[in-house]
Amino acid sequence: MNLEYLGLKEIRGSLVILENVKEAAYDEIVEIRLGEGSHSDARSKIGRVIQVDGEVAVVLVFEGTADFSLTNTVTRFTGRPMTIPLSPDILGRTFDGMGRPTDNLGTVPARTRRSINGTAINPIHRDYPRSYISTGLSAIDGLATLIRGQKLPIFSGDGLPHDRLAAQIAENVQTEDSVVVFAAMGVKHDTARFFRRAFEESGALARSVLFLNLASDPATERIITPRCALTAARYLAFDCEMDVLVILTDMTAYAEALREISSARGEIPSRKGYPGYLYSDLASLYEQAGILKGKRGSLTQIPILTMPGDDITHPVADLSGYITEGQIVLDRALHQRGIYPPIGVLPSLSRLMKDGIGPGKTRADHPALAKALFSSYAQVGDARAILSIVGEEDLSETDKKMLAFGQRFEEEFIHQHHGESRTMEQTLNLAGKILL
Amino acid sequence: MAVGYIRGINGPVLTVIPQGGDFFVSERVRVGARGLAGEVISLRRAGSETAVVQVYEDTAGLKPGERVEGTGYPLSIRLGPGLVGHIFDGIGRQLDGLGKGSVPGGRKWPVRMLVKPGDVLDSGSVWAEVAETKSITYRALLPPNSRGIVQDCAPEGRYSAEEVLLTLDAPGGRVSLALGQHWPVRVPRPVGRRLSLARGLVTGQRVIDSLFPIAKGGVAAIPGGFGTGKTMTQHQLAKWCDADLIVYIGCGERGNEMAEVLEEFSRLTDPRTGQSMMARTVLVANTSDMPVAAREASIYTGIAIAEGYRDMGYHVAVMADSTSRWAEALRELSGRLDEMPAEEGYPAYLASRLSAFYERAGYVRNVNGTEGSITIVGAVSPQGADFSEPVTQNTKRFVRCFWALDRRLAYARHFPAIDWMASYSDYAAELVHGDVARHRQRMLDILFEEHRILEVAKLVGTEALPESQRVTLKMAKTIREEFLQQNAYDPEDTFTPPERQVEMMEAMVRLT
Repeated sequence: MNLEYLGLKEIRGSLVILENVKEAAYDEIVEIRLGEGSHSDARSKIGRVIQVDGEVAVVLVFEGTADFSLTNTVTRFTGRPMTIPLSPDILGRTFDGMGRPTDNLGTVPARTRRSINGTAINPIHRDYPRSYISTGLSAIDGLATLIRGQKLPIFSGDGLPHDRLAAQIAENVQTEDSVVVFAAMGVKHDTARFFRRAFEESGALARSVLFLNLASDPATERIITPRCALTAARYLAFDCEMDVLVILTDMTAYAEALREISSARGEIPSRKGYPGYLYSDLASLYEQAGILKGKRGSLTQIPILTMPGDDITHPVADLSGYITEGQIVLDRALHQRGIYPPIGVLPSLSRLMKDGIGPGKTRADHPALAKALFSSYAQVGDARAILSIVGEEDLSETDKKMLAFGQRFEEEFIHQHHGESRTMEQTLNLAGKILL
Repeated sequence: MAVGYIRGINGPVLTVIPQGGDFFVSERVRVGARGLAGEVISLRRAGSETAVVQVYEDTAGLKPGERVEGTGYPLSIRLGPGLVGHIFDGIGRQLDGLGKGSVPGGRKWPVRMLVKPGDVLDSGSVWAEVAETKSITYRALLPPNSRGIVQDCAPEGRYSAEEVLLTLDAPGGRVSLALGQHWPVRVPRPVGRRLSLARGLVTGQRVIDSLFPIAKGGVAAIPGGFGTGKTMTQHQLAKWCDADLIVYIGCGERGNEMAEVLEEFSRLTDPRTGQSMMARTVLVANTSDMPVAAREASIYTGIAIAEGYRDMGYHVAVMADSTSRWAEALRELSGRLDEMPAEEGYPAYLASRLSAFYERAGYVRNVNGTEGSITIVGAVSPQGADFSEPVTQNTKRFVRCFWALDRRLAYARHFPAIDWMASYSDYAAELVHGDVARHRQRMLDILFEEHRILEVAKLVGTEALPESQRVTLKMAKTIREEFLQQNAYDPEDTFTPPERQVEMMEAMVRLT
């Protein structure tokens, strides 16, 4: 097959339309290179067929259509979906957002090639996750326990320390069999550098795989980046049987790229201009987390998303929350008071926690301690609301006690010093102590 | 059979040029070399004739020119022994077996024949029985709108679902019947007549049974933002409600949740029968990473299975989690069809589709004279937890029981987080009588009074309240913490029998 076509019928943003195409397959990958008459020396660009109608094919070009004219392109249909080469040697490597090496270490010797489309997992092949991971952070371990194979996002806002928190979790959960797959979508150079340095310092870099699409890279490429990362992660978890932690950041930038493409296609938008299929699309990424029956490895996901205006009802946060198994919500007020990690424990939740804690797992009294902390801390909010109206003198004894508890809870339990890592035992002891 | 060729591909939606034979709307079709499952959704003749087909599997790799074949049947479920205790995808293909059909073909069932040659049978007559699981006896029925005289019937023995066991002399000619029978999922099975909803569905959940009860044959919606416990509440109902059979539809939800249901229900014992919970459960799963067109179909697959068992005389409870994902699937397909959207991109037929689905619930006298019911409990996932969005609003018009989940309650870990201020049940008047009705009203009064007092207390502090109001606050606190909150993980607390609920209510209102 591999037919080549000269020229285009139309160029609209990242979309190009070709005519008189014989047998373009839906979702296949095309390569477009600039022929004679162009003044660009760019290598060929990759695109994907997103709609076919008879002999007309609509192609989404991932790296932008700059320098394209209607006549200077040569398009080759590859007849296959997008795949990436995989082998255990991807550990320690850095790739761009399309899965191409950027570390000057040459190509990856492929033991296998996998489609990045990530097939759905039959629920009967899943093992229900029930073993906890200690992150060393009391607010998470005690109250929103992370479970191996879970997808637990960090809901954050601009200027909050989500990157530091994610890097710290990655460092603390490291074991001999664990690896980190990191995917950056539309993040700043500084952020990418921060993670790279953090992995370097903790010695995790050699056991990490990085896929970087930076803020200056083409936006359309962002929809490929997490798929490359998760394909690599699934290979490491279920072929090489490793415990894989996947950090995806920033899901908001990913969703914006999706919106940009949807708008170029003239699709009917749902909320805030995002396409109606945002839920399904996000789910196709998040649902790749899990544990499979009969396999030793696991795929745990920590996606990071920044909520514009700290709005938890923003479509990206909202739809993510419906798919993921809980969320860690960062709180700006705590951050401003210097509390780290600034985790708002009431809106935070780990759905899988109930089956991963308690006797034989963490400690018999863990569920009761967590419940007591939650219900006490929920009353702190009420007491603070009353305080702001009536002043301290007119508070009842109970309200005063609640205020004192709230302060200790935030400053002693949630707050941890830089680099401080607590064992589960320490966290639970501390919980018992401040509840007295 | 009709044949056509693919012209255009847009996600799960194909345009097909028919080349011979007639496709019909909702005909099940086979697409391309891989034989993907699809369904005809519209036909038009504008210039050339075109059929629009939605495909229930991943369309990556399909090309224009590939062949599309009609099957002559609408999208159907095969009712027959082997459904209960198993898990199926959105279009009824078994997920936990090797077979691809709706019913595992190879398995032989011990069949007890109930008729003999010469018997006159009518619509819905039971002609054979199979012990399908330890809790459910499958009853083979004469299909709706058919009758005849038994000409020939197989002796008792072990048979598969496909083998012909009964031959009838019918008005239109001879009819052969096997245990397994196809039924188009989008068509409601006919009923004798609808009866009034006068019997409660006991759930063992105090806030539901005592304050906002649901009737057998009724419909309830559970709307709530993420993390408020919709799935949790549905799991509790699926485990403890006194229906004979549960059809649990996981529509666009998490894979791990289905794994959890499979694992947990296999382990738990149904207190009413002493058997495994799975022995009275059918699971339909279209997880959120599965194709979106099958999500649209999954709701119908589930309700068609429920109707099949209702006709056998069972009380069936359908858990649909989540109807919002189904509505979003409608929206996505509608968008691909270039239809004119109504609110928030949803198609204008959202309301009529929702009402048609919920109307398949009911307490009925079946055509064969038995009684059965279908209760539907639909979870709604409003975007941004905003109950004014189209799916919640349109659902509200067709349900009579509304269990609103509240984020504030969930944050304080008050579970089930059913907000007593926003929830209601129209069934309460028919289901709750006498003293219990008075206790119920008293309890609600105390809770509403608490709400009003707290508004004031926010301004003046609780210290400034008169003694009587402080007593009310204390009582309301007791009701909230001791009665409304219920721990699903505690083996005792997870289910409260109705008599015990009445005792608790009496004790609490007696304090006044």
